[in-house]
Amino acid sequence: MVRRPALLRFFPNPGSGRTREGDAPLATETIDAVIRTSEPPRLHPLQRVRELARSRQTLGDLVRKEMKVRYKSSILGMAWSMLNPLLYMAVFSLVFGIILPNSIPHYPVYILSGLLAWNLFSTSLNVGARAVVDNASLVTKVYFPREVLPLSSVGTALVDGGLQTLVLLLFMLLFRSYHPGLSWLLLPLAVFVLLVFTSALCMFVAALNVRYRDTQYLLTIVLLIWFWLTPVVYPSGKLVNKHVFGLSVEKLFMLNPIADVVFAFQRIFYGVVQPAGQPKPVLLPLSVGELAWVLALAAVVSVALLYLAWLIYFLRSGDFAEEL
Amino acid sequence: MTDAITAEHVGKFFRRYRERPTSLKERVTHFRLTSEQFWALKDLSFEVPQGETLGLLGPNGSGKTTMLKIVAGILRPNRGQVTTRGRIASLLALGAGFHRELTGRENVYLNASILGLSHAEIARRFPDIVEFAELSEFIDNQVKFYSDGMYVRLGFAVAVHVDPAILLVDEVLAVGDIGFQQKCLAKIQEFQRDGRTIVFVTHSPELVLRVCDRVVLLSHGEKVGEGIPRDMVRDFRSLMHRDQLAYGWDQGNREIEIVSAEIFGAGGETREWFAPGDGLVIQVDLKAHKPTPDPVVSFAIHDEENRKVFETSSDWRGVTWPVFEGKHRVQFHVRTLPFIDGRYFVTLGVHSRDSRTVYHLHEQHYSFDVVRGAENPGLVWIPVDCRTEPL
Repeated sequence: MVRRPALLRFFPNPGSGRTREGDAPLATETIDAVIRTSEPPRLHPLQRVRELARSRQTLGDLVRKEMKVRYKSSILGMAWSMLNPLLYMAVFSLVFGIILPNSIPHYPVYILSGLLAWNLFSTSLNVGARAVVDNASLVTKVYFPREVLPLSSVGTALVDGGLQTLVLLLFMLLFRSYHPGLSWLLLPLAVFVLLVFTSALCMFVAALNVRYRDTQYLLTIVLLIWFWLTPVVYPSGKLVNKHVFGLSVEKLFMLNPIADVVFAFQRIFYGVVQPAGQPKPVLLPLSVGELAWVLALAAVVSVALLYLAWLIYFLRSGDFAEEL
Repeated sequence: MTDAITAEHVGKFFRRYRERPTSLKERVTHFRLTSEQFWALKDLSFEVPQGETLGLLGPNGSGKTTMLKIVAGILRPNRGQVTTRGRIASLLALGAGFHRELTGRENVYLNASILGLSHAEIARRFPDIVEFAELSEFIDNQVKFYSDGMYVRLGFAVAVHVDPAILLVDEVLAVGDIGFQQKCLAKIQEFQRDGRTIVFVTHSPELVLRVCDRVVLLSHGEKVGEGIPRDMVRDFRSLMHRDQLAYGWDQGNREIEIVSAEIFGAGGETREWFAPGDGLVIQVDLKAHKPTPDPVVSFAIHDEENRKVFETSSDWRGVTWPVFEGKHRVQFHVRTLPFIDGRYFVTLGVHSRDSRTVYHLHEQHYSFDVVRGAENPGLVWIPVDCRTEPL
């Protein structure tokens, strides 16, 4: 057997001068200089929004990744996004139909319309709380606008919401429960409030969770309480004229932006305010105009909250790489 | 010419908590935390003219990577400012954000998108990326089935195809086989020809001399020197020696590991220094983590100017192992040292016969001194016997 000799010169010879061929400078003169200083960065909303707009492809890619990863190696895959509300509906229909009977007609449509808003909110927050922490390997190694992370959680929940809307529409057809009217005009405003409010809280919990990992656990409890404070499974109309600590329950509901969105969704998709032959309404007996006012107010509050949460997130995000 | 990167009086500190609070409970129970500031960088200034390759050289913990992260925009400086011009790609980010459950293809798209490429640009470069990473067969497999080498190759391939004006390279070439390392170096040289700016972080003098135009030498977060690679490598060596630090690459897949290595006198005695003409033994203890066919053990000696003065291998000395199993001790007996004076650095390596696979390499981890006596002038020691007879 002939052995090849070991490759000559395993250790490279140093000092072999490299010659540079030609000079082809890249036109960096035309590129804006990026300056990083020790001063805390200032949030210029418009400028930052433009920067974020440039990252929208990344945002989309992160959402796609999240969807793919979530249902990888599951047999039903994306169907879970639809099964989830169906199972909820089944359980609550059982509880409120048989164990604690109520008199809400077309109960599945009622609960699905509320759940649509609620699920988007709670899924966003649950995923959003871990958005920065779970992507630590990215955050500590690559620069990109950090807002993309919590926003991608909202985006993921939005895709889920789209699928759940299909389920809702199916049940609306099944029960022949559709009530076209002025209320449908509320939809854009309600969706706006939902997205803005959810994004605001998402940024807040994502930033907080970097410092205190308790956030993600605490959040589960908070969301559970919040869920029952929001009239998703029970009829808000039945609580009209009730008082807690001297405050009317309707007013308290309205202070909760998610409840406002749920009211709007129920009005749009469910539509039965006062079922025939029942003493009490199912939904709050508000006119569409009144609902619009409530939503408009919630929108203003949500935008203010979003600005605040964004500011906090933006200022904290400079130190994420250090704290992870 | 414009500077691609300007760093002015950059300082960066980290807080060292005795115990870092990561939960509310800890925060509440020890409200006032004992933390100390630790300055990783102190008042560091330098410029990188466009098209230049700057090396940041220094021992571990000297602040090289921190500086690179500030340039990349990942960390914020606490003092001073950094100005950059042009798209930055950093090889800090090799495979950062790769998701194990996604396929190679999906990860390339995601990673390149985060690094700032549009889908159209990625699609155009995709074939090049796959070819560079040598992964055409596996590109549609989930990344979790990749070996470490494949993972890094894919990461590197994406990073260098982002078309950056400024490339930040952090001690990444230590992974992958020799063949891929050569390819990466070739790519870096191509970048240099294109007139792109590169900042190269390493503690390998070897690489600095091969790649860099200019070097900034760092120690404990401060600039202790700046100049041409040759001078800085010399200063680096004396710095390392003064602080008794090990440096250089410690790399390889460790299928065969260098457990320990020693340099001693011909009679097995520990030596503070050697005289010209003395004998010397370089002893390596090796342990195979799995039976490996036909490995080669090599050593090389570099002088203070980083010139390689000698290299040999077990194979050239007539020692081979058809299959290397368990532990072996290898001794190279240098019969007479031809050196007259100075400090010499020893590199030890175990690798495959074709050198493509490095099992373990200790680059210039060891050194010995040769001290000239009055009877040894000149450049080299030549064994000479003097005889006389009456005529």
